[in-house]
Amino acid sequence: MSSSTPELKQSQDKERLIKVSERRFERVVGVSFLLSFLATVGLGVVYWQGGQTQVEGALLFIALGGLGFGIVSWGKYLVPQGPYVQEREELQSPESEREAFVESLERGANQIQRRSFLVKMLGAAVGAFGIITLFPFIRSLGPQPKKMLYVTNWKKGSALVKADGTKVRATDLEVGGVLTVFPDGHPGGAISQTILIRPSFQDIVTKPGRETWGPQGYLAYSKVCTHAGCPVGLYQELTQQLLCPCHQSLFDVMTGANPVFGPAPRPLPQLPLYIDSQGYLRAQAGYDEPIGPGFWERGA
Amino acid sequence: MSYKPIDFLDERLGTAKFTRKSLNKIFPDHWSFMLGEIAMYSFFILLGTGVFLTLFFVPSSAPTVYHGSYAPLDGHVMSQAYASTLNLSFNVRAGLVMRQMHHWAANVFVAAIVVHLLRVFFTGAFRKPREINWLVGSLLLMLAILEGFLGYSLPDDLISGTGIRIAYSITLSVPVVGSYLASFLFGGQFPGDKIIPRFYTIHILLIPAIMAGLLGAHLAIMWHQKHTQYKGRGRTEKNVVGIAFWPAYAMQAGGFFFLTASVIAALGGLVQINPIWMYGPYIPYKVSYAVQPDWYMGWLDGALRLFPSWEIVGFGHMIPTIFFPAVLLPGITFGLLMAWPWIERRFTKDSQSHNLLENPRDNPWRTSIGVGVMAFYMVLFFASSTDVLANTFNLTLNFVLWAFRILVFVIPPIAAFVAYQLAKEARSVPLAGTPRKAMVIFRSPGGEYTTEESEPRSELVLKHSVFHGEEPLPLPEEARIHGQEVQTPVLEEERFVFSAPSAVAVVSEEIGERPSGGSGVYRIPRGAPGAGGGLFSPRGPRPASDGEDSEDEE
Repeated sequence: MSSSTPELKQSQDKERLIKVSERRFERVVGVSFLLSFLATVGLGVVYWQGGQTQVEGALLFIALGGLGFGIVSWGKYLVPQGPYVQEREELQSPESEREAFVESLERGANQIQRRSFLVKMLGAAVGAFGIITLFPFIRSLGPQPKKMLYVTNWKKGSALVKADGTKVRATDLEVGGVLTVFPDGHPGGAISQTILIRPSFQDIVTKPGRETWGPQGYLAYSKVCTHAGCPVGLYQELTQQLLCPCHQSLFDVMTGANPVFGPAPRPLPQLPLYIDSQGYLRAQAGYDEPIGPGFWERGA
Repeated sequence: MSYKPIDFLDERLGTAKFTRKSLNKIFPDHWSFMLGEIAMYSFFILLGTGVFLTLFFVPSSAPTVYHGSYAPLDGHVMSQAYASTLNLSFNVRAGLVMRQMHHWAANVFVAAIVVHLLRVFFTGAFRKPREINWLVGSLLLMLAILEGFLGYSLPDDLISGTGIRIAYSITLSVPVVGSYLASFLFGGQFPGDKIIPRFYTIHILLIPAIMAGLLGAHLAIMWHQKHTQYKGRGRTEKNVVGIAFWPAYAMQAGGFFFLTASVIAALGGLVQINPIWMYGPYIPYKVSYAVQPDWYMGWLDGALRLFPSWEIVGFGHMIPTIFFPAVLLPGITFGLLMAWPWIERRFTKDSQSHNLLENPRDNPWRTSIGVGVMAFYMVLFFASSTDVLANTFNLTLNFVLWAFRILVFVIPPIAAFVAYQLAKEARSVPLAGTPRKAMVIFRSPGGEYTTEESEPRSELVLKHSVFHGEEPLPLPEEARIHGQEVQTPVLEEERFVFSAPSAVAVVSEEIGERPSGGSGVYRIPRGAPGAGGGLFSPRGPRPASDGEDSEDEE
């Protein structure tokens, strides 16, 4: 070695290095493909045996990963990387091309516009087709809202029932108790869902004008949050507050479910209750305002 | 050489020219260009796993009594959508892994789009002539978020059902037409029995078809305009320097599909996501505590929590409070996003075309605005877990909410200011961004240390890529076609490509501007005590250019 010229030695060394390096990458790629193959066979076996989610995931990882790692390594270390250079072609067309394009466009447009009456007729026909076919299509998707957002299934005298349809008695709840109720005949309804709370045994007046609404300490509020419509499902007995778990609005039960915290803009509507002669809880009337989140037509 | 199929196609379609150009297309090579690829590959995986899911999913709200293999829900009444999702999770072979891969791929998809968008933003890749692709990409992001929400809603579990309820309220909140929109979309009052089948049609047909079209346009425009590139040796506004499509880029990009798929498969198989059987079927009057939507909806959820309870009432009408965070905010977000190339241009008055990318530090204003906006959405994202944070850190909800309401206005300007200063600082550092030579520390056999400015990254390059040349050259076929002189790279034994036989010795200056700074190389000559260690010391035989070392050997 010592007798060779520096250049020759350099070139030999480089070649040796490259050979070693190449062989190493060939091995890496080969092993990747082999692992992938084995994992794929394993995947087939696992699947055939009835499947197992975690094993499938792990084997898919090896099968796909081996393939990917092998191909990428091959493409990165065993084929020429350049760098190569390529000129960008001008994106913009020459001025003459653009002028010719505009001329062609105008020539055609002029040929059409000469018959201006026909152009108007065409416009009318296409416009009418669009309007007449599009609007009924949208319209047939659903009914007009009309009074939909103003009414629930609560009526004068509706008995309060649980989700299973059984009627609620005035003796059903202890103080601090809470129950989701529905109007008789509509258990489980998404719009009429109401939360019944009993903060005390005494009649409760939440606001002036609601003197008779809370007999024997029973209060009923719409369970649909006035913010985004989630069920106001959590009652904190200690603070006598209702919490909406979606966006954390808090409503104060004793003062008419006024929002005391969070993004809810309005109190939950209160359902006026009475206890009938057999001891069942009933609604004096339906809600006196639309329940749930706001909408355009709603005035206040 | 002539192949039959090539002649067949070329005689009929004239494909040879276009396909030749495509094979010889040059792609600049940089890791940040793979972000968009991750998004695209996730989309393919979503299509594949999604088709599988459609074979088993029943898009129906019709009630059914469950008698499947998941015992805790046996005998429960639930929608067919929920029951069939349970069924495909537990009773269809590989069903759960496919479902979880689908869900993970959706999360990765949106994440990759967002990071890709940030790369394009911070490097100024959206500037002329690429504004159209910026618009197409923004549309794809919007659709991806919507598509993700729709898919999340389909299983009809307790959490997704609550999400649909919120979506109904948001639709309702649109001024003037809201109640009509909601009634038409849901086929009447919430919940009705039409929303699951409708979401299904939109999720598996309508939006994927539009997205496939937009993705095609996105790629076609990119292909036609050619990729942007970072500044570097030999790179100008008028050329593209990189690897050839065939075979290097095709192999790297094609293989990368499998790598993306393998990670998603590992997540799908090993990391549980959306275990709907633990949530139970959707029952409108039930609700779960501490639930968060998928991550890409987090900013909207956070905005819903933070926005004050303001409701505008007057003239017999109402603009509900959620209109502002849930309709107006996304509208402004995507409006500004799409308008950004024109907004920026109004200030820069720059009407030039740009193919060279900017380093974020080269444009402190844009960088600081981007960082500020990012910070704003990050705060909103974290605000979507106010309840969890309050619980975890034993704080009152009141405190956490108000903290976020303040932070959402305080953090973004601070972040923007810091980003601006950092960018300016980085720019004013002499030689920032230019390659520095490594300092090499030598230890003599006697234990004496000397430092020397490095030579050569040659061996580092050799170690990493055998087939890496020096000067950018045109591909031989392209040069021939364009009547240029064909510069054949020096081929040695037809295996490796070097521009000059002395490549190894001259690499130091030529490797040129790499974005990274210099690094210290600690090298101990062979034969010295403790030899064989040290960073970058190759295990194999070393090139003779290692000066001192080879002296030792002789």
